[in-house]
Amino acid sequence: MTEIEKKSILTNILAQYLNHLSKHLPEDISSALLRLKEQESDDSARAFYETMFRNMELAAELDRPLCQDTGIVQFKIKCGALFPAINELADSLTDAVRIATEEAPLRPNCVLSFEEKNTGDNTGGGVPTVWWEIVPNRYDCEITAYLAGGGSSMPGRAEVLMPSAGYDAIIPFVLDRVAEYGPNACPPLLIGVGVGNSVETAAMNSKNALLRDADSKNSNPKAARIEELLEEGINKMGIGPQGLGGSSSVMGVNLVNTARHPATLAVAVSFGCWCHRRGRLHLDRNLNFESPTHPGFSK
Amino acid sequence: MTEHRDGRIIITTPITDEDIKGLRTGDTFYLSGELMTGRDDVHERVVEEGMAFPVDLNAKALFHAGPIIKTKENGTYEIISIGPTTSMRMERFESAFIEKTGVKIIIGKGGMGADTAAACRMHKTICSAAPAGCSLVCAKCVEEVEGASWTELGMPEAVWHLKVKEFGPLIVTIDSEGRNYFEELKSDYKLRSEEQKLRLIKELK
Ligand code: SF4
Repeated sequence: MTEIEKKSILTNILAQYLNHLSKHLPEDISSALLRLKEQESDDSARAFYETMFRNMELAAELDRPLCQDTGIVQFKIKCGALFPAINELADSLTDAVRIATEEAPLRPNCVLSFEEKNTGDNTGGGVPTVWWEIVPNRYDCEITAYLAGGGSSMPGRAEVLMPSAGYDAIIPFVLDRVAEYGPNACPPLLIGVGVGNSVETAAMNSKNALLRDADSKNSNPKAARIEELLEEGINKMGIGPQGLGGSSSVMGVNLVNTARHPATLAVAVSFGCWCHRRGRLHLDRNLNFESPTHPGFSK
Repeated sequence: MTEHRDGRIIITTPITDEDIKGLRTGDTFYLSGELMTGRDDVHERVVEEGMAFPVDLNAKALFHAGPIIKTKENGTYEIISIGPTTSMRMERFESAFIEKTGVKIIIGKGGMGADTAAACRMHKTICSAAPAGCSLVCAKCVEEVEGASWTELGMPEAVWHLKVKEFGPLIVTIDSEGRNYFEELKSDYKLRSEEQKLRLIKELK
């Protein structure tokens, strides 16, 4: 394969994938919604779930985006250092966003800050967002793509606490934010909590938490306990689908943690809406691909 | 005009004060007729820059929404996807907007604040919530995109003139007496979150 061929194949796969992602929820999210719908006892909340499922059917049937806010495209890349298309990848990501904007179509959401100009193609001014991780000695590449909508990005928050506040402090930090912003962020929500040493590590961890499956667990038992308690407590707030009341509020709570400084405890929270359009795509060295979150995605 | 059909309440534009007075917070209804989109920039133009809303909005409905619209080769528009955006962002402008335009029904996402509620009471207007993130269910109710104004603001911010049929379900969030359903719900959620905080911290210890 020449470099030009590699780039065009890669761009095409990624553009198709973004297109698919805007129209189909990942399996972990649709099964979480199904579970909540079945557990719902409130009649009008049940009716809302019906409308949401009807919307998902229409998206597949009409081949159109699930939600008009198709967000800012964000990519988390775990790229093998020996991945043969590593040189082409950055350009392919941007080109793919441009193509998907045209073809899906995605709504143009990229507004250049201070210039206050919408670029019209969802790229420019540092967008799409790309977070890179290079994995030594590997030939493959894992791409997590996320369409970050405005309503769900709005409630995000990070803060550096004193360690004496303790891990308990995560509870009011998250609950206050959910009570204030949750009803408006298109619940049932996926809540991502981050713990780290500084404001941006905690914030990044909270985003990584949203990229994990809704039913996944933190491997540390104490952190997993906090996930579980938060999920239980937020559900008891009864925010319901659409924020108008119901027997639950969240699809899941995920916590991602990294080490902290002896003098800091940074915490952050990010929100995902019910329309959580996030997917993982694996590419091998020959650019064969599969998506564990979207098994329906194929060439 | 208000109709009751198959257990549904359907309001058709032009909307009268009588139509509005028949709806209470928490009620579900559907809208037929003329619906205009308008969000952040449109409110700023009308309220802060003193520009007139580009079409007559009196006795009609406003939708806080930024749709995806395709322009066809013959210059007409096709709706791809449309759904509500957070109404609270418009709170700063909405009471003056209601007064200036005579709009009767505002459709959006989530609730609005005390100033809007006061204006609803004064001018016999209501606010309502459309199913959020259900932009295809909403798009299905749009019969036609009759025109567009202020397209220089970009696709999400422009004013799109829609003709809708039984658009909904819509839930009344502020009624014409100024009752604010979302604020009431939110104070319940806050109360419960305080209870949960205490319980969870205790459980964690
Ligand atoms: S929060 Fe999510 S579902 Fe709601 S409007 Fe935004 S992108 Fe759509």
